[in-house]
Amino acid sequence: MIKKVEITSENDKFLNKVNELSGEVVTLCDQCGTCSGGCPLVTEMDITPSQWMRLVQLGLKEVLDFKAIWLCASCFTCTVRCPRKIDVSKVAEALRQIILRKAIDYIDLKAIPKDELACLPQIALVSACRKFTG
Amino acid sequence: MKVGVYVCHCGGNISEVVDIKRLTSFAEKQSDVAIVRDNAHMCSDVGRNLVLEDIKKHNLDRIVIAACSPQFHGKTFMDIVEKAGLSPYVFEMANIREQCSWPHFDEPDLATKKAKDLVSVSIAKVKLDESLERKTMPIGKKVLIIGAGIAGIQAALDLGDAGFEVYLVEKEPTIGGKMAKLARTFPTEDCAACILSPKMADVPSNPNITLYTNSEVEKVSGFLGNFEVTINKKPTYVNDNCVACAMCEEKCPVKVPNKFEEGLTNRKAIYMPFEFAVPYRYLIDESICIYLENGKCGNCQKVCPHDAIDFEQKLEKIELKVDTIIVATGYDIFDAKEKKVYGFGTNKNVITSLEMERMIVHEAEGRPTREVGKRIAFIQCVGSRDEQIGNEYCSRICCMYATKLSQLLKRADPKKDVYVFYTDLRAFGKGFEEYYKRAQRTGVKFVRGRVAEVNEDSKTKKVTLKVEDTLARQIIESEFDLVVLSVGMVPGTGTNQAADVLRMTRSPGGFLQEAHPKFKPVDTLTDGVFICGCAQGPKDIPDTVAQASAAAARAIRLMNRGVYAVEPITAVVDEDLCSGCATCVGVCPYDAIKTELKDDKRIAKVNEILCQGCGSCSAACPSGASQQHWFMDNQLRAMVGAALGEEEK
Repeated sequence: MIKKVEITSENDKFLNKVNELSGEVVTLCDQCGTCSGGCPLVTEMDITPSQWMRLVQLGLKEVLDFKAIWLCASCFTCTVRCPRKIDVSKVAEALRQIILRKAIDYIDLKAIPKDELACLPQIALVSACRKFTG
Repeated sequence: MKVGVYVCHCGGNISEVVDIKRLTSFAEKQSDVAIVRDNAHMCSDVGRNLVLEDIKKHNLDRIVIAACSPQFHGKTFMDIVEKAGLSPYVFEMANIREQCSWPHFDEPDLATKKAKDLVSVSIAKVKLDESLERKTMPIGKKVLIIGAGIAGIQAALDLGDAGFEVYLVEKEPTIGGKMAKLARTFPTEDCAACILSPKMADVPSNPNITLYTNSEVEKVSGFLGNFEVTINKKPTYVNDNCVACAMCEEKCPVKVPNKFEEGLTNRKAIYMPFEFAVPYRYLIDESICIYLENGKCGNCQKVCPHDAIDFEQKLEKIELKVDTIIVATGYDIFDAKEKKVYGFGTNKNVITSLEMERMIVHEAEGRPTREVGKRIAFIQCVGSRDEQIGNEYCSRICCMYATKLSQLLKRADPKKDVYVFYTDLRAFGKGFEEYYKRAQRTGVKFVRGRVAEVNEDSKTKKVTLKVEDTLARQIIESEFDLVVLSVGMVPGTGTNQAADVLRMTRSPGGFLQEAHPKFKPVDTLTDGVFICGCAQGPKDIPDTVAQASAAAARAIRLMNRGVYAVEPITAVVDEDLCSGCATCVGVCPYDAIKTELKDDKRIAKVNEILCQGCGSCSAACPSGASQQHWFMDNQLRAMVGAALGEEEK
């Protein structure tokens, strides 16, 4: 099924964030596909490297839902071949960072109901506090 | 001193932002200002006549026009000042459009303030302007054209037909250039040889053209109207007696791959460049001739019935004096070996587009060629738009020649699979889109994706491409019999030589730089030197021919009147201050300064014809001896003072 997406000036925020984190200018990508054609893992991916470049150009956060960026082995084949000299693997790294920095497993102690708190194993609670509240 | 100040409304362009009333009343208060007027269009007949009449009626001797950029209308107003009997250099322009009303449209108050500042700066300077006079110099009708590809040929024929004396120099043994190698030309599919050869034949039959083939320009000195040129004419070891009977060729024992045919056939050490070469005469390749190496063969000389072989020929130096120069030195194709992932030079089934052109010619003429195979892939942008190999630019011809070659192959045999792998398909010219459509209808498959890798099967020698179809988002890995690299253009060796010899500026891609990309596309920064064709940048044949005719017309413009005006904005050396250190000699990009002895003192001397008024010497002079007319130190100081609001002294 084809999904409709909106392209608004809001999308630029995501694009700018990726540009800032990667140090690259993703809009310079002219979508030639050299990165994808030479990628040794591309056949394992759900989207191709040039596709994630395109989604970032449009500022579509959906790019974060694909597994391809986690399959990237940072072998830099794309980086050394890109005719526009864009470091594609750095862009993948930036996308991974965006997900990692969300600290999805964060625990807000105050949000745990008191009765639940009472029956949680002490040791699990302490270790969770250590890992996920920072 | 009586200064006239004229403020232009530019039909609202200026007056809608800048407060004209405030500006004129400000100008009126400046000292020595005799008249201030404003007009809707100063550049119009009415506006210009205003200046003309005021100068005559009120004896104005300095004029300031506050209007647009001097780049735009400076000449218009200088001409009117000159017409009124003043020096055109007692004139200043305050740019209150590009520098005030346009950029500061949202701040009219500040724009008006800036306009006042600019007007007061111009008044300060105009009062110190010297009455410089334009000089005229005699000029002849001789043109040197370097390079005799289609650009040089076209320019030579235009100039020759117009009655100018042309010296056409070509480093190869024949004229014709790269176009002579092509099978057909896009988008009309004319046979390249059929349309080029009549033009080539016109060159030696034109009484005004002197042709030097196998020759290179070694040195150029001098300036517009007075260029001194040294040409090296290399020996061909065959004299004018040659009637091209080919007997020598039959007996010559040395064989090498024929470069013109991209190695499809061999040629001998004595050879004819190609079947419609001009001059139509044999020559000896001195790098492989046995006789020239050790004197042991000489077969050609023995069999020649016309006594045309002359092993005694030596390099000949030819000295010429010309008035203008046109550089038409063209391009080389990108060396595909540099793009290692495509395996050119190691995979025998990876060839360049130029080889494909020759294969099509040979196929059509029933001459030896190589197997094309059933599946053919074209790879676009090889050596173009690729920062990894250092070429950022688009070569502008590859899309269309691949469209041409691919459909010629497909039409000759519809059973062939022909693919074109491209990044962007640029069909920008007249009839190009229609021609692209024809290729699509013929059944050529255009796939959007830049090929990432070409791998050779060590046994079958077939080649596999890896590429993403960026539209279907599929990774294609497919085997082909033949891969054609659509190689781009790089500045030709001749272009590099010409740039060195003439000290020309280069654009970022290495091609020669034009004086202005829009309004002076075939002029260079050196007066009297013009560029055309692919020496200036990648382009196709129609654009090359158009530019060549343009360069011829620009050269005629300078030479036709027999005299030309020289700008007096040149460097001037204060001989008392000059210490003869020659710093200026080194920084001058035009070779316009020499040192000479005067009363036992070494001083710098500026050649006012060569000097382009760039100001490098003035900036570099350690003792402040070198200054520039119209930009003298006292003028610049007065301008800065006025800008800073200092009282006049």
